[in-house]
Amino acid sequence: MLVLVEQSLNGLQFGLLLFLLAAGLTLVFGIMDFVNLAHGSLYMMGAYFAATFVAWTNSFVLGILLALGATLLLGIALEFIALRHLYGRDHLDQVLATFGLILFFNDAVRLIWGPAGLSLPLPAWLTVPVQIVPGVSYPAYRLSIIAVALAVAALLYLVVMRTRVGMLIRAGASNREMIGALGINIKLLFTLVFGLGAALAGLAGLMQAPILTVQIGMGENILILAFVIIVIGGIGSIRGAFLAAIFVGMIDTLGRAFLPDLLRMALSSSAASTAAPALSSMLIYLLMAIVLVVRPEGLFPAAKR
Amino acid sequence: MKKAFWLAGAAVLALAQPASAGDTIKIGFVSTFSGPTAVIGNDMRNSFELALDHMGRKMGGKPVEVIYEDDGQKPDVGKQKTEKLIQSDKVDFIAGYIWSNVLLASLKTAVDSKTFLISANAGPSQLAGELCSPYVFSTSWQNDQTPQAMGQYMNQKGVKSVFLIGPNYAAGKDMLAGLKSTFKGQVVGEEYTVWPSQLDFSAELTKAKNSKAESIFVFYPGAAGVQFLNQYAQAGLKAQMPLYTAFTVDELSLPLQKENAIGIPGAQQWVNDLPNAENKKFVEDYRKKYPGLRPTYYGAQSYDAAQLINSAVVAVKGDTAKKDEMKAEMEKANFKSVRGAFRYGKNHIPIQNFYLQDVVKDADGQLSLKTVATIVKDDQDRFADKCPMK
Repeated sequence: MLVLVEQSLNGLQFGLLLFLLAAGLTLVFGIMDFVNLAHGSLYMMGAYFAATFVAWTNSFVLGILLALGATLLLGIALEFIALRHLYGRDHLDQVLATFGLILFFNDAVRLIWGPAGLSLPLPAWLTVPVQIVPGVSYPAYRLSIIAVALAVAALLYLVVMRTRVGMLIRAGASNREMIGALGINIKLLFTLVFGLGAALAGLAGLMQAPILTVQIGMGENILILAFVIIVIGGIGSIRGAFLAAIFVGMIDTLGRAFLPDLLRMALSSSAASTAAPALSSMLIYLLMAIVLVVRPEGLFPAAKR
Repeated sequence: MKKAFWLAGAAVLALAQPASAGDTIKIGFVSTFSGPTAVIGNDMRNSFELALDHMGRKMGGKPVEVIYEDDGQKPDVGKQKTEKLIQSDKVDFIAGYIWSNVLLASLKTAVDSKTFLISANAGPSQLAGELCSPYVFSTSWQNDQTPQAMGQYMNQKGVKSVFLIGPNYAAGKDMLAGLKSTFKGQVVGEEYTVWPSQLDFSAELTKAKNSKAESIFVFYPGAAGVQFLNQYAQAGLKAQMPLYTAFTVDELSLPLQKENAIGIPGAQQWVNDLPNAENKKFVEDYRKKYPGLRPTYYGAQSYDAAQLINSAVVAVKGDTAKKDEMKAEMEKANFKSVRGAFRYGKNHIPIQNFYLQDVVKDADGQLSLKTVATIVKDDQDRFADKCPMK
């Protein structure tokens, strides 16, 4: 029973991290109708900035705040220099251009930081495991990821549902020509939305950095998961991204945790332990396929266009 | 008239010469030069280049040309690159291969074309057993051997039970099987993770913690090893469940693993401080040629691969068409290895010592690996009997 609690926390933590990545992607994809494959590169840049600034300032919190600001600025600059010229173009052109950006960022990182990768060490107060209920202790840092991601989710909800900017974002998701016609500076709005998406990706990257290593191409594997999440959740929907990310995180983690034991009931032990990792990594794609069959728009689609 | 006849004759002969007996010795080198594990490929290339420098970039009097190809850590790409090197570049030797699954995919192409293949790292059990070939040599080990040595060390320490975690591919399975074959205590659980994409080990670490095993054994090469140690320390397991490893802590991952690696024992057939002249020269010259970098066991094995090829080419005075003679020479392992002496078993896998290594601070104040003890002497892999070669 306690194992289930702990594994669910693992799943929740992974899911929330994916939410940060998917939220930014769904903002850009759903509202600006822009396919940004370089979203994973922004995630990588967030991690590299954090490792660099934490080393420079010798302070974990200060370094992370600086990194967050740097990713936001990078996102805005990227939108201003390159991406705004692509809004009117075909999705295929956007895919090609942003795929080029992935290669550009990977090589830029190789030039600036070298091929070996960096590490982002945690301060001592985050490395201790915390006892949550008797018999279950959980890494403090993973708990802090859960806390930060939940806070960001709440903040995003408030901004999108309760503010004027949020209203414009929602309106942009349903009908972009109309809000332009109403005299809203849509260029500025898009720049802001893209910057916000970049900052969210950077936040996901820098929070993941102490758990994984900071390395070239780290955003590419996880980007696929982010796309799966926004497809399941419904493109352009923050609420959909939130729920789908938690689904995916849970299914992935619980699958990895319990599938081998389940398979062992039917198969020989060695066959089960070989088949289980392969099967569990397929589960989320299976889920996506089922969702696409039942609800092609995703589980919680944004308002109809 | 006579002169023209001889000239024509010489020209025909020259054309008829097999491509492999040209004026240069051509070596293909397949390794990973892109993606997160490119640092391993770079180290292998650096060491191979250093070996060529030490030979004056000539073998048996002929200049050496090396063609490096990137497998991207993917079996299908590795196979393509191997085919390209053998069929269009017509290399005399092919070397490299970090990953067991890439080597297994590429093996048939090399063997069918009778091109000598020197594995400088990967040692899948199939290669040592039923798939052994007169054209394939290893300058590393068979995958099971290193964890087998670790298992013996755990027996010496009186470890009663262990939880195993490893990646779900050819080498991961060999490694865990190797440990199980020598470890005398109880194996409480065994988990495989998706390779190479899975980087979060929270589910596996939680299972290990709840299994109440006394210790954990893992095999995670490259960056995955850094991530595993991070997460192991963050979960607070370092004080509760001692970790034993194979190929997880090395000179490439140490700068990122830092304090996490201290106190974590590993087994290895080569450590940077092995006391022989050849090794001293290798380590010193490597650090001179590539400032800021340190050689690893991957590099040491590549250095030996270049030396093994050199020994064969020298024995036939550069005439690489004499394959039987080259094979006979390589079987003698007639060169000074940086790991000290070793000899080949009938399956062309080295029979060698395995050492216990520990992490210490060296003279520069940097973390470095140190040989603590010899765990096994003259170890032969356990698949040699399955190899049909004599």
